[in-house]
Amino acid sequence: MAFTNRKTYTPFIGRYDPCQPIRVKTYETPPHLYLGFQPPGLEQFSPKEALKRGTLWKALYSPYTSPYGDYR
Amino acid sequence: MWVYEKKLQYPVRVSQCNPRLAKFLIEQYGGADGELAAALRYLNQRYTIPDKVIGLLTDIGTEEFAHLEMIATMVYKLTKDATPEQLKEAGLGAHYADHDKALFYHNAAGVPFTATYIQAKGDPIADLYEDIAAEEKARATYQWLIDMSDDPFLNESLAFLREREVVHSQRFREAVEILKEAREQKRFF
Repeated sequence: MAFTNRKTYTPFIGRYDPCQPIRVKTYETPPHLYLGFQPPGLEQFSPKEALKRGTLWKALYSPYTSPYGDYR
Repeated sequence: MWVYEKKLQYPVRVSQCNPRLAKFLIEQYGGADGELAAALRYLNQRYTIPDKVIGLLTDIGTEEFAHLEMIATMVYKLTKDATPEQLKEAGLGAHYADHDKALFYHNAAGVPFTATYIQAKGDPIADLYEDIAAEEKARATYQWLIDMSDDPFLNESLAFLREREVVHSQRFREAVEILKEAREQKRFF
C-alpha cells in the first residue's frame, strides 16, 4: 500500500449508537515522525515556495485538510 | 535583546466576519498549548540547558511570538466590526462584558492563562520531551481549528502555522539526539 501521513482504523460500531456512526476514523502521522536526525543534502523548495509552505524541506512538508470534508 | 520587524511572519487574510471562529482561535492565544505558553516555556528553559541547544530554544521561542501576533491579528480581524449583538450570538457575550473587543490571554472556554501550563524541570531531556509534546499538541489544535473553519484564506495561515509546529518538533527531536551524543558513534551489534 502507498505511504500516507493519515492512518485509519475501524472502531466498534454498536447497534444502538445514538449518532450516525463514522465507520473509518483517521489520525495524522506527519513526516517528521519518520525522518530521524535530518541528513544533509535533502531536496529543498524554492525560497518563495518555502515561505508559503512553512518549510524549506520537501521531506518535512505536511499538508492538512479536514478528514470530515465529506461529512460537512 | 530582540529586533522587531514590523510585519507578520505570514500574511493573515480573513474572508468573512466570523466572531465564532475567533472564539475558537483564542485557544492558540492563551490556551495551555498556545503560542504564548510555547514562547514562555522555551525562552525560560534556555538558562538551564546545555549550550549546544540554547540557540534552538531562542530561535523557536522567538518565532512563537511571531505566531502569537498572527493569531492576535486573526482574532482582531474576525471581531473588530462585529456588533455586541453578533458577539453575543457567537458566544462571546461573556467576553464582551469583561473586555469589550480587547484580546485577553484565555483559552476557547474562557479560562485565563496560567503559568502552570508551563514546566521547567531543569532536566534537559525532560524539558525537551515536554517541548516535543507541546509542538504535537499545538499541531493537533491547528488541525481541529482547520476542521471547524470554512474560511479558505484563514485556513492557509493556519496550515502554515501547523507546518511550523511540524518543523519545530523535528528540531527538538534532533536536539535530544545531540544531547544523547550518540549521533556520530559507530554502532556495533
